Amino acid sequence: MKDFYGVHLDTPFMLGTAQYPSPAILAEAFTRSKASVATVSLRREASDNKAGQDFWQLIKQLNVRVLPNTAGCHTVKEAVTTAHMAREIFGTKWIKLEVIGEEDTLQPDVFGLVEAAKILSEDGFQVFPYTTEDLVVADKLVNAGCRVLMPWGAPIGSGMGLNNVFGLRALRSHFPDIPLVVDAGLGLPSQATQAMELGIDAILLNTAVSKAGDPAMMAEAFALAIRAGQLAVGADPMEPRDMASPSTPIFGKAFLD
Amino acid sequence: MIPQWNKSQTVTVIGAGVAGLCVATELLQRGITPQIIEAQTEPGPASCSWWAGGMLSPLCEAESAEEAVTRYGKKAAAWWQSHTGLVKQNGSLVVALKRDHSDLNRFAKRTQDYELMDSAAIAALEPDLSGPFTQGLFYKSEAHLAPREALTALKNNLLKQGVKFVYCAAQPETIAEHSLVVDCRGINAKNDTRGLRGVKGEMLILRCPDLAIQRPIRLLHPRIPLYIVPRGDGVYMLGATMIESSAKTHASVRSVMELLNAAYALNPAFGEAEILEIGVDSRPAFNDNLPKIRHRGHIITANGLYRHGFLLAPSLAIMVANYIHTGTKPEWFESV
Repeated sequence: MKDFYGVHLDTPFMLGTAQYPSPAILAEAFTRSKASVATVSLRREASDNKAGQDFWQLIKQLNVRVLPNTAGCHTVKEAVTTAHMAREIFGTKWIKLEVIGEEDTLQPDVFGLVEAAKILSEDGFQVFPYTTEDLVVADKLVNAGCRVLMPWGAPIGSGMGLNNVFGLRALRSHFPDIPLVVDAGLGLPSQATQAMELGIDAILLNTAVSKAGDPAMMAEAFALAIRAGQLAVGADPMEPRDMASPSTPIFGKAFLD
Repeated sequence: MIPQWNKSQTVTVIGAGVAGLCVATELLQRGITPQIIEAQTEPGPASCSWWAGGMLSPLCEAESAEEAVTRYGKKAAAWWQSHTGLVKQNGSLVVALKRDHSDLNRFAKRTQDYELMDSAAIAALEPDLSGPFTQGLFYKSEAHLAPREALTALKNNLLKQGVKFVYCAAQPETIAEHSLVVDCRGINAKNDTRGLRGVKGEMLILRCPDLAIQRPIRLLHPRIPLYIVPRGDGVYMLGATMIESSAKTHASVRSVMELLNAAYALNPAFGEAEILEIGVDSRPAFNDNLPKIRHRGHIITANGLYRHGFLLAPSLAIMVANYIHTGTKPEWFESV
């Protein structure tokens, strides 16, 4: 598995911490997911004082690496300010960069994203940009200093899976050395397997687990599915072909009469 | 009865929010006349329950809450009706805009005992919601009440029956050990209650005489789930945000804007409403968002009602009073 800014992760699973029925269920979901990374969004207001401390304590107790994000930011300035606050609070250079361009689809404003990625990279941040599968945007993000790319599968929280398999495949072959994380849009474990089979390096999701009827069970389902995809790639799958190829050799069959 | 208490001892309840008032009421029913210590002379904005929605909707809560919330919550409406007479049994309605119908399906899947409504049925039930809503869920057995009036009614009942209120701020440890203390301070007990955290909520009270909504309405939305509870006389309570923070101040522009946006989506007449109050407080909650009763020495704590104050306080109070009276450890008892 590729490193993420020099950090080796035990599992290619990053799990969000929002919208669980309770902190207790959140903690159980993390245990069963074996996720290596927790994404945490920062409410700017909560950073003013100690008011949000309890939740941070809870996240720390998960014993996973924290990837703070700039969820809900609509402008470059907002995202940069939030990133700075996150660096102070969590003591990490990692930042999942979101610059939202449209309220209904929550799709990234890729122009603002590139701009913010450049500012933050020059400032020493290690940026995980939430982007579309667009190749040209990805190239500009890499030029801006990003060494991880996080293309969406589908709009955040939609559960539609991989909407542009071709685009993801193209991204994979153009950036063989950059770790790719499919971030957003997954609803089912099989979609995570599919992404891993495409050669994606890790999966980031939240809603599919937190809004399931049994979040902890779904977390484990995703863990197994991600592992399945990872193993499949490592096992070097067979090439599909048009005609049948007998799996039982006829040659050598016993004559019974 | 519990070994730490005998009938000659006084019982002191600290806190006269919804938890403390319910506990005192249940103690009285068992022949125990408690005294109450409370910092405020009247029910008011310093207590979290002042800002409650007042929905008694155990069925809807099943969407995200533990099963016990629904099971005990079902007892709430009858309790409040018998002690205050303020319960309105008009059911509650859940709607979503067309593009969010998958949220409505999800809600239906997680809950029970509802009627599926089409636009005609919605319009017949709530004429002010006809138009944008083509599907809804009607929970006929649910109810609501005006929480501020209910707090005042409970307090007046207690006063009438000889319960003494002492108005000062108190810590449970400072009460002499010959009195059994029930600590119902809610989020104010955060510093000496292990695992208690605050979940901030912001809410609005609007006057909109153009509308005549009869029952709590939940509008499902991926970003801003909203509920509106009618308070009578064209007054509505709009709530509520859920933010992991123990801050009790600072209603943010974004939260207020989102709540108002959602209200406007429900009916554009809310655009003309008068904003009466902007409220903000922090709900006391434990990690599993369920209440807990703990007992150490002469102090019993009853806390963690989260956003289910009016829904679960009666059951919490019954458990505390039974525990003191009979010594039986209740479901929400946690050994320390």
